Amino acid sequence: MAYHRYDAVIVGAGGAGLMAAIQMAGQANIAVVSKLYPPRSHTGAAQGGISAALGNTEEDHWQWHMFDTVKGGDYLVDQDSAEVLAREAIDAVLELEHMGLPFNRTPDGRIDQRRFGGHSRNFGEGPVRRACYAADRTGHMIIQTLYQQGIKHNVNFFDEFHLVDIMFTDDGECCGVIAYEIRTGELHTIHAKTVLIASGGFGRVYKITSNALAGTGDGVALAYRRGIPLMDMEFYQFHPTGLYKLGILVSEAARGEGGIVRNSEGEAFAARYAPTMKDLAPRDMMSRFIYQEVKEGRGIDGKDYVLLDVSHLPPEVIDEKLPDVTDFARVYLGVEPKEEGIPIQPTAHYAMGGLPTNNDGQVLIDPSGTVVPGFYSAGEAACVSVHGANRLGTNSLVDLVVFGRRAGRHMLQEIGTRELATLPDNPTAIAEDEISALLGRSGGERAADIRKAMQETMMDKVSVVRNESGLLEAEKEIADLQDAYKHVSLQDKGKQYNTELLEALELGCMLDCAETIVHGSLAREESRGAHYREDFQTRDDANWLAHSMISRTSSGLQVQKKPVKITMFEPKERSY
Amino acid sequence: MEVTLRIKRFNPELDQKAHFEEYQVEVEPTDRLLDALNEVKWYQDGTLTYRRSCAHGICGSDAMRINGRNRLACKILMKDLGNKITIEPLIGFKIEKDLLVDMEKFFDAYKSVKPYLIADQPPGAGERRQSPEERARFDDTTKCILCAACTTACPVTWTSDDFVGPAAIVNAHRFIFDSRDQGGAERLKILNGGSGVWRCRTIFNCTDACPRDIKVTEAIEQVKRALLYEQV
Ligand SMILES: Cc1cc2nc3c(=O)[nH]c(=O)nc-3n(C[C@H](O)[C@H](O)[C@H](O)COP(=O)(O)OP(=O)(O)OC[C@H]3O[C@@H](n4cnc5c(N)ncnc54)[C@H](O)[C@@H]3O)c2cc1C
Ligand code: SF4
Ligand code: FES
Repeated sequence: MAYHRYDAVIVGAGGAGLMAAIQMAGQANIAVVSKLYPPRSHTGAAQGGISAALGNTEEDHWQWHMFDTVKGGDYLVDQDSAEVLAREAIDAVLELEHMGLPFNRTPDGRIDQRRFGGHSRNFGEGPVRRACYAADRTGHMIIQTLYQQGIKHNVNFFDEFHLVDIMFTDDGECCGVIAYEIRTGELHTIHAKTVLIASGGFGRVYKITSNALAGTGDGVALAYRRGIPLMDMEFYQFHPTGLYKLGILVSEAARGEGGIVRNSEGEAFAARYAPTMKDLAPRDMMSRFIYQEVKEGRGIDGKDYVLLDVSHLPPEVIDEKLPDVTDFARVYLGVEPKEEGIPIQPTAHYAMGGLPTNNDGQVLIDPSGTVVPGFYSAGEAACVSVHGANRLGTNSLVDLVVFGRRAGRHMLQEIGTRELATLPDNPTAIAEDEISALLGRSGGERAADIRKAMQETMMDKVSVVRNESGLLEAEKEIADLQDAYKHVSLQDKGKQYNTELLEALELGCMLDCAETIVHGSLAREESRGAHYREDFQTRDDANWLAHSMISRTSSGLQVQKKPVKITMFEPKERSY
Repeated sequence: MEVTLRIKRFNPELDQKAHFEEYQVEVEPTDRLLDALNEVKWYQDGTLTYRRSCAHGICGSDAMRINGRNRLACKILMKDLGNKITIEPLIGFKIEKDLLVDMEKFFDAYKSVKPYLIADQPPGAGERRQSPEERARFDDTTKCILCAACTTACPVTWTSDDFVGPAAIVNAHRFIFDSRDQGGAERLKILNGGSGVWRCRTIFNCTDACPRDIKVTEAIEQVKRALLYEQV
């Protein structure tokens, strides 16, 4: 067993983790632990853009961005946090440019901007150009740029190390992590003053998803097992335009550039539901519109998909601004977007929920906002909450850079004032037991079967539209799968590159995430943003203008309510 | 349709040398080869080892030799591969286990060309200006996902240990031709050295292998020209 000591350990080398690391590089002794080589992180998949009210191509103001974020999130957004997001986005995007990010440019050499769902001028009057972009590979450019900066600043990377546990003292202070070295199978105790969980989302709990195979919620689930509550887990975003059956994303940029979604009658139906924003209505709504069209028999050939049509756009717009997404349609579906519609269906895309944090990335242990000393989270793993009940397109990348940066800066301060906490006795015990149980068993359950059943349950019963009876079934099914998980056995008993073992550990984490999504969805008896209950179809501000915080207790799962911070915008009905 | 996957296997804890094993799998013609590998791993042989993450050609994890050509397993469909498919690890890097190779040498070569913006003047308020035309000069090489398909398709890298390889040159190009960057001279000096661009014999394997359709050979040629004529 290897032992290391650091001022800070950052788990996850996506946009959030790297942004934090760059703040600290050279000023503290830090390590970045990632199960993937950093540039393989799923931030690289982000396509459409990153919003900031630069006003480069038309008038814009951070207050408008803040308003859209709050309204887009169906008023479950903490408005002090949304203000930080919208204000600091401007500076953060410029910082990315200064680091070398190759944004697309306006004719006069500024960062070009384009339209995106839910982003409006003057508090909802009509679409605004706010998304800064680099073709349709903005995330790729962000991850490359931040990784390059990490190299420049000599950041200490633990590449292909898999987080298996987070350590806390008896007094509830965080004191480090346990990581499994994939190449050797060795456990490493990384003792640290501060820990940042930036391990991304968990779209893989669903059958159809835009998320990478590595999007399994490890950091979120491991913290939850250690008693950290999870916030707003019932809010899981389905993106309306995933490639049919595959879930691969076709960015909202396709609609931002003028693409239209059509049903079997060729009708541009979004205009019927959202007369002002039309196809640029927010994602939760677009996904429900598609669900409704399919339910009423207007899916293509009676099936559960519709068409995204960009064929009327000038070919050079497709080639210059949407090259990758149109290529996905060609490669994976054999469809030529310049000539025909692209078959699409809603795809599980983004976790609004996660580890509750304040505006400095410090993780909270209770509804009154008590922080866990030394413990931070940022990015999709965290819930600040700036996305509330539904995230707007481009706002995740903003979240990564703004709150990744804030977390990094705050960690630097805490490093200066805090002593290294004492490690628990035998720190690797839990991880060792878990791993040796998996390796030691034989003739048990197959992880793939459990994973498939979980993904189908979540897709059928806990996705775009939910109801009590389906959720109760899902609750039971997930619990049964958790039992079955205790009997998983593996064929690979080796130490080196045992990816079968890693997939099993990831499955355990996903089941815990699924448990909280289902339970949170059952508890929230209203419809808001991405959480839509057929049996409670309206938003209930009297009872539910509150975040949910879910934790495991000796008497089962417990949901507590945390008040939403409202500063500038009183909740209103949400129409587009 | 049923296909046979003929996969090169090597387990460092058990095997002296690599050997082939065959698996029969039922697939849809539109499945990715990665789906077929997952089918084997999840339902037939859990010990089969490879890297993967995004499953749609943007993370660069799963470059491998498929029917003798370097490709991403997630970006090639079964219908384009025939009924019997041979799958091997990339050539030129140490095989760690099955289709998974040691990438350290690759990332070291990448790091050696200073793949980050070098601009010493403070940027001032606002963004650095760059015209769309200036931006266009290096657009192609920004697409690189560091998959190593090009470098491991290059016969020069198979036989010599110190050539930085096409991927590193692509990433140097990305900065040398960026109007905001001032590190061009440093990088050109590195690429003018014994492990640099002059090792390239313009065989075009790299360009054929690139899953991002980057004109790799052309990028290398542009770097050579910059060295010959001392202008960028
Ligand atoms: C296809 C797609 C397109 C998108 N487009 C946009 C867009 O245009 N605009 C926008 O704002 N948002 C977009 N998003 C959302 C956004 O990209 C993600 O929410 C965001 O990139 C997540 O970043 P992150 O840093 O939190 O995590 P990630 O980038 O997912 O990184 C997670 C990191 O954690 C590491 N990790 C995970 N588990 C472990 C473990 N057990 N041990 C060690 N390391 C671990 C991984 O190796 C990785 O480095 C898109 C998302 C998808 C899927
Ligand atoms: S240039 Fe192409 S083949 Fe080479 S590493 Fe980059 S993406 Fe892969
Ligand atoms: S799995 Fe990401 S490129 Fe193939």
